Amino acid sequence: MFESVADEDFVIVSVAMDADIEAARPWVAEANPSFVTLIDQNHLLSSLYNMVNVPQAVWIDERGRVVRPTETGGSLDILREFDFDAGGFKPEAQERAQVVKSTYFDAVKDWAVNGSDSQFAFDPAQAKAHVPAMTDDMSLAHVKFQLGQYLARQGRAEEADALFAQCRELHPDSWNIFRETTERMEGGIAAGEEFWGKVMSLGDKEYYASIDMQGIA
Amino acid sequence: MVTVLTETGETRVSGEAGEALWLSRDEAGSATGWLMKPEGFCKDDVCVPTPAGKEGDYIDGDKVNVSAFWTLMGKPAATSEQGDVWCLSEGAQMRNDALLSLQAPDFTLPDFDGKLHSLSDFRRKRVLLITWASW
Repeated sequence: MFESVADEDFVIVSVAMDADIEAARPWVAEANPSFVTLIDQNHLLSSLYNMVNVPQAVWIDERGRVVRPTETGGSLDILREFDFDAGGFKPEAQERAQVVKSTYFDAVKDWAVNGSDSQFAFDPAQAKAHVPAMTDDMSLAHVKFQLGQYLARQGRAEEADALFAQCRELHPDSWNIFRETTERMEGGIAAGEEFWGKVMSLGDKEYYASIDMQGIA
Repeated sequence: MVTVLTETGETRVSGEAGEALWLSRDEAGSATGWLMKPEGFCKDDVCVPTPAGKEGDYIDGDKVNVSAFWTLMGKPAATSEQGDVWCLSEGAQMRNDALLSLQAPDFTLPDFDGKLHSLSDFRRKRVLLITWASW
């Protein structure tokens, strides 16, 4: 998708938020020099960048400065338009999601080509205003999550699960924590009863936070 | 033996498992990057003085109570039930300050062949940092 713009000025660093590297490996695309794919088993990026879901993205300029802080990376919140009878999303919802995805990736391409001249790159004041705020409970959830993942890898599942339960309570808005630690369906997707129950109880809250970008409502 | 986890790695040290993380000065330094100095518990140009009148809670001969200093600094820590594994991290205030500085927090993570990459390796390029997951 990015071959036309991927050059010496621009790189995509794609990070799998997966405790189990082997679960993520089949999803890794063929090697592409403009596309670096990393694995973050402890969800370090959730802690560093205050991430709560996937895909989330950050735009970082040539000097290492953030020009778009953590935000949803091109996904539209249509989860509650899933048609369980048909076993898929309603076509109208899929179309809206596709428009948002195209708009978002067109904006990425514009920035990849034009850099700070791109209308989609925030100035510093705008960028600061879009930084999501972390609370003490969230940072405690992140440290317990890292400990839990370590203990799980050591075979100490009971202790790990107790920590994960605490993480979910401390940081209820984190789908990264919830989905990584909840039941998996066949194929490894965390979309069982527990997941849908949490989705359906979101109320006015969004699953994918909408983003502040021209062309995306 | 005690295992100390930080965001940059994992260190095995010879301290005793327990309710507090008492480490020798050398091991405290190698596990956390913080050093016990006459001015207090220090890293780079930051020093946290040992609370007056409570020195015994923080220092015992060559040993430093790292978990007590961590709590004193308002940083989050977590420990296993037996206290044989400790995870030490940064607090929300530091995370928020870092993000509001707009300097992208650096990190080092492996690719799927185990080769390590740092965000700072890509300086002088624009980077789209984007996450995904198998779940």
